[in-house]
Amino acid sequence: MPAPIRLRELIRTIRTARTQAEEREMIQKECAAIRSSFREEDNTYRCRNVAKLLYMHMLGYPAHFGQLECLKLIASQKFTDKRIGYLGAMLLLDERQDVHLLMTNCIKNDLNHSTQYVQGLSLCTLGCMGSSEMCRDLAGEVEKLLKTSNSYLRKKAALCAVHVIRKVPELMEMFLPATKNLLSEKNHGVLHTSVVLLTEMCERSPDMLSHFRKLVPQLVRILKNLIMSGYSPEHDVSGISDPFLQVRILRLLRILGKGDDDSSEAMNDILAQVATNTETSKNVGNAILYETVLTIMDIKSESGLRVLAINILGRFLLNNDKNIRYVALTSLLKTVQTDHNAVQRHRSTIVDCLKDLDVSIKRRAMELSFALVNGNNIRGMMKELLYFLDSCDPDFKADCASGIFLAAEKYAPSKRWHIDTVMRVLTTAGSYVRDDSVPNLIQLITNSVEMHAYTVQRLYKALLDDISQQPLVQVASWCIGEYGDLLVSGQLHCIILHT
Amino acid sequence: MIKAILIFNNHGKPRLSKFYEHYTEDTEQQIIRETFHLVSKRDENICNFLEGGLLIGGSENKLIYRHYATLYFVFCVDSSESELGILDLIQVFVETLDKCFENVCELDLIFHMDKVHNILAEMVMGGMVLETNMSEIITQAEAHNKMEKSEAGIAGAPARAVSAVKNMNLPEMPKNINIGDISIKVPNLPSFK
Repeated sequence: MPAPIRLRELIRTIRTARTQAEEREMIQKECAAIRSSFREEDNTYRCRNVAKLLYMHMLGYPAHFGQLECLKLIASQKFTDKRIGYLGAMLLLDERQDVHLLMTNCIKNDLNHSTQYVQGLSLCTLGCMGSSEMCRDLAGEVEKLLKTSNSYLRKKAALCAVHVIRKVPELMEMFLPATKNLLSEKNHGVLHTSVVLLTEMCERSPDMLSHFRKLVPQLVRILKNLIMSGYSPEHDVSGISDPFLQVRILRLLRILGKGDDDSSEAMNDILAQVATNTETSKNVGNAILYETVLTIMDIKSESGLRVLAINILGRFLLNNDKNIRYVALTSLLKTVQTDHNAVQRHRSTIVDCLKDLDVSIKRRAMELSFALVNGNNIRGMMKELLYFLDSCDPDFKADCASGIFLAAEKYAPSKRWHIDTVMRVLTTAGSYVRDDSVPNLIQLITNSVEMHAYTVQRLYKALLDDISQQPLVQVASWCIGEYGDLLVSGQLHCIILHT
Repeated sequence: MIKAILIFNNHGKPRLSKFYEHYTEDTEQQIIRETFHLVSKRDENICNFLEGGLLIGGSENKLIYRHYATLYFVFCVDSSESELGILDLIQVFVETLDKCFENVCELDLIFHMDKVHNILAEMVMGGMVLETNMSEIITQAEAHNKMEKSEAGIAGAPARAVSAVKNMNLPEMPKNINIGDISIKVPNLPSFK
């Protein structure tokens, strides 16, 4: 039997296919060849065949017959075989097949292999797709590797531990002793994954959370070093020292400081420092600022710091980068309940965002605008919102209309204004108005006795212009039915003169 | 946590798909198609975040993507990841690929899918970010490649020996050798190609 073709050949062949059917034919032919090669138990070419199988799997063709072969590759002594075998295991296997349990022994041996790269491969696979049984069996090995001085392995062991904890939460206690000196590491990779591990443990257990609170000073120190240290080429991204680690630490500080006065106080200074010193011209700086803002808002920070945070968000709103604007609006939405006054200061910028081209930004701006409406700004805001209702996409109109009705109900300065607003909505976006608003409107009109004549005249006029919008027609017909006498008798003139 | 990392081209053909949560093969393909559908509709000057499609968790998960020339890089994440941070991570990933493949283009990803997976495995493990330092990632990926090369790689020794000989530049054989007044006609040897 001729040697199986190489992966590159297969890819080249498949790319020459001009139709889906042709491609399927080529793949089926190759699958048949691979299957017979597997049957022959050929060790030399197994890894080549599995590599081809993975490629075909990516394109969407079934590849389950290769699962056992992956296991054989993992058990081989050659690094090349193991590498493809583990990759295949991660892509093709999962806990629902019993086959994966057979891997446990191989992984156990490889976790203790003399070559660190093999150990790395097995940690990676266990951390990606290890089932609860596997994790239970191998947690001890992972814990051992968490204490090694080899930073390459240590960082992988940390993330593997996170996966084990997610699968088998009872094992969390086991990893506690190993975390003792994780933060004293110099290697940023290890620091980063350690912070992830600590974050996971704190999120899962309140006991762990209180236990790790004592780490706050150490975390603050690490963060300080990152900001103050000069240019460090290996960790530098656009002029900032290891922004990923900074963001992670800020997130952990957020969890540790929430609801706890002492910890929050210990972080106040560093948060203020990060907020004021970070360079904002690139995305990385903004990512750090964003995380800082979220942390400030969540912990028990002093009010000056909170105002600083909201101002940063306000500055974000003016940024040219649409991603930053989006993120700012999302955060402001989260904080508008607790820090209403501070957010109000940025109202005009938020209202400007209603005119943005980006659909996601418009939606966020609309939600935020509704949250900011109050008795003082109702007239101005309503003008903007009605203008927005006119020009926005149909997807928004229903939500916008409902929002306007709610706001008008809560804060209407006068009955006349209220009815005018309602009329405006019915005429501009009548067909998008929700069904339940019709009875509400009718109720409103009934209750404003002095406005009956005015209302019915206006509704009649609106019908004359456009009779196609159903909710408008419903309300109008009811009104004309109830107050038709006022319509006919022309009592309207007095009311118009009044205003 | 990162739920999935997908790379596909402007026509939706997958160039890399890595899922950190389990889905059946069919669902995986459907997710790729759905994601392509959502992402390709987006204009160039709209923000790079959108809600995940229904198949991959709906509004609880976000799709964060970047469009480079003919390829879309899409990371599907849940709310525990920072959106701006993931944008930076995509940038680091692409720059790493660029360094490893020297001016990476789509063809590199097509023909070296396994290498791309290996580089990714050094950056993201189990849905969590492992290493973000570009030189560290490249060093480790190269160490792996060296180990593989010393074992002759996926292709296996026999094929490499043949291609090595094929690529050898043999000098042209002269048709006649004239030394003084002796003329030797060189026989026609079969070409090695």
